[in-house]
Amino acid sequence: MSGKPVLHYFNARGRMECIRWLLAAAGVEFDEKFIQSPEDLEKLKKDGNLMFDQVPMVEIDGMKLAQTRAILNYIATKYDLYGKDMKERALIDMYTEGILDLTEMIMQLVICPPDQKEAKTALAKDRTKNRYLPAFEKVLKSHGQDYLVGNRLTRVDIHLLELLLYVEEFDASLLTSFPLLKAFKSRISSLPNVKKFLQPGSQRKLPVDAKQIEEARKIFKF
Amino acid sequence: MAEKPLFHYDEARGRMESVRWLLAAAGVEYEEKFIHTNEDLEKLRSDGVLMFQQVPMVEVDGMKLVQTRAIMNYFSSKYNLYGKDMKERALIDMYSEGLADLNEMFILYPFDPPGVKEANIALMKEKATNRYFPAFEKVFESHGQDYLVGNKLSKADVHLVEMIYNMEELDTNILANFPLLQALKTRISDMPTIKKFLQPGSQRQPPVDEKSIQKTRKIFKF
Repeated sequence: MSGKPVLHYFNARGRMECIRWLLAAAGVEFDEKFIQSPEDLEKLKKDGNLMFDQVPMVEIDGMKLAQTRAILNYIATKYDLYGKDMKERALIDMYTEGILDLTEMIMQLVICPPDQKEAKTALAKDRTKNRYLPAFEKVLKSHGQDYLVGNRLTRVDIHLLELLLYVEEFDASLLTSFPLLKAFKSRISSLPNVKKFLQPGSQRKLPVDAKQIEEARKIFKF
Repeated sequence: MAEKPLFHYDEARGRMESVRWLLAAAGVEYEEKFIHTNEDLEKLRSDGVLMFQQVPMVEVDGMKLVQTRAIMNYFSSKYNLYGKDMKERALIDMYSEGLADLNEMFILYPFDPPGVKEANIALMKEKATNRYFPAFEKVFESHGQDYLVGNKLSKADVHLVEMIYNMEELDTNILANFPLLQALKTRISDMPTIKKFLQPGSQRQPPVDEKSIQKTRKIFKF
């Protein structure tokens, strides 16, 4: 089973970007088949390739995996980025879920109705600064190690780096009072696979713009 | 570590109920320390035992685990309800995540304003009938086995049966066209530990009512 994984999603970050990050960090090459029209999505559904009629979907090792977390867990296990035992995995899962919650909150801002935008932006900033970043700064401080769990690279370091970059795009000043997270960010960014992914021309996607949102609305009808 | 797991949550289904179901299926005893007031919650927060200031939190094996999925995955691994290898786990995760999406709607709708609530109930019934239950019926049809994955009970079966009971509260007839899901429901409900859990006086929580909604709102201030 040596075929590259094939990612099915639209040509934007959305719920696939964390999967792209994880594969890139693991040094795994992947192909992408972008959904560019409502017909593309309908075709995938009709062919019975989407378990719950949704994307992301990733073809990997003979499976057609749907659901972001299922895909992430599989890749993390396969490429040994999921801790050494059940207890390390529990920490990795716990940290990952917090990261995904905040990422979701920040991502949702771009599609939020104008009349709610200000309140939701303020809430996301407050949560970033007073809930999530302090929690991770504290983990790094508590053990003084380079990585969040087990003193070696795991998926959660990659998820956290991705989040920190979104926070920086969102409001760079939010990072100022977290010296250990800033150091973490430059440390993980300089890992060779990550460095490559951060360079222009990689499969990393840019922030969404108004045009992409319109496109996504058309395809997914929301 | 013979101590029983200790759950911290309010005395309601919410995000803890799936964990209760899972431990019931595993036949594991646990204790619950209910949060009754906002002060109870604030005390946990100021004691620094909630990583992201949120519950559910479960004390288990010396850890204070938060985040429903982290807790579920830990117990599933520990009690052998998580498949025999990484491909089985991928399927179990994929199925569980679909169910978690449906469950999310089920957890939130009681707090919707009138009008929105009815629309969300209709939407849930529609999704259960046209998206989720057909997908699972098809899995059983495809392999003809008693359980979703690997011919053996996993967290996905428990979660599915929990969702079947939830959806039946909205529409007693909802399984009418899904004979294999009916059979699963009977099979799992007849397991001695689940049978006990389904009986009055167990740790299973009743459906939310107006009183519990008010209580939850006061605790979490929303």
